[in-house]
Amino acid sequence: MKIPIVRNILEANDRIAQENRKFFDKNDITVLNLMSSPGAGKTSLLERTIDALKKDIRIGVIEGDIQSSHDAERIARKGIPAVQINTGGACHLDGNMIRETFSEFRFDELDLLIVENVGNLVCPAEFKMGEDFKIMILSITEGDDKPTKYPLMFRESRVLLVNKIDLLPYVDCSIEKIKKDALHINPHLIIFEISCKTGEGIQTWTDWLKGEVKLNKNTW
Amino acid sequence: MSIAESLILIIKEEMAKHDVHVLKSVKLEIGKLSAVVPASLLFCFSIMTKGTNLEGAELIMEMIPLKATCTVCGETFEIIDHTFICPHCESRDIETIAGQELTIVEIHAS
Repeated sequence: MKIPIVRNILEANDRIAQENRKFFDKNDITVLNLMSSPGAGKTSLLERTIDALKKDIRIGVIEGDIQSSHDAERIARKGIPAVQINTGGACHLDGNMIRETFSEFRFDELDLLIVENVGNLVCPAEFKMGEDFKIMILSITEGDDKPTKYPLMFRESRVLLVNKIDLLPYVDCSIEKIKKDALHINPHLIIFEISCKTGEGIQTWTDWLKGEVKLNKNTW
Repeated sequence: MSIAESLILIIKEEMAKHDVHVLKSVKLEIGKLSAVVPASLLFCFSIMTKGTNLEGAELIMEMIPLKATCTVCGETFEIIDHTFICPHCESRDIETIAGQELTIVEIHAS
């Protein structure tokens, strides 16, 4: 017998993400889902961002990795609350994994929660976790063909940070091509060019982020 | 892997609801912009259903083209080469209306 169904395969995750969203709204917290391929500079960006903003904004971090607590330790050294999720093989975080960390934070003491997803340019874009928006990093050493190869993540992200621009003289990569292709996929994408190594461009990014967190706050 | 897992959960739920026990095939709609690689999904599905009453079922995947409507001129068009810009009026304010599906549409079971 044929049974018509019409159900979204990811409906269970979408439902949990929606509940998370309500929870974050109630607690007046801006939540970012930070995505990139492995080694693009997610944790280095977090360190730079925390250094620049921790005086003004109370930040918490969730670190997603397949294994190890190396990244959470790097973040905890900055003196802010950081929780490690080990996915034990899964190549992305999902709504349920985020929900399970709720008991580890004092949400009344946070303005901004940054979730560092597992390094992967494909699957994380498909799984919502209840974030306000997604941001992604692409480092120039990965090549300028990435937007057209992995369009979903560029389409879903609100911000693209192009990292490692200090290496431009040594790498065969055109930032103009990255920008052009990324803006074709997502004409509203906000792009920052940065180097987490030298600090170039970081302040433009952190000023923007600070503004967003303030906008989100009802009672700033 | 998680997508195959979610898919299997839904199939099991629907089979129990309709009191059927042997799965013959499943029809899916996969948007071209989704992160699903059909071959990987097939592979995960076959491994995860081995030794169960879902084993051997055929996964029929229909790929759904990426389509959008322009919010300025109202035209509907297919997005080719990932260019999310209206080909008629060149507006960037467009709404995707198809191409991100990850939907189970039908199961065939007895």
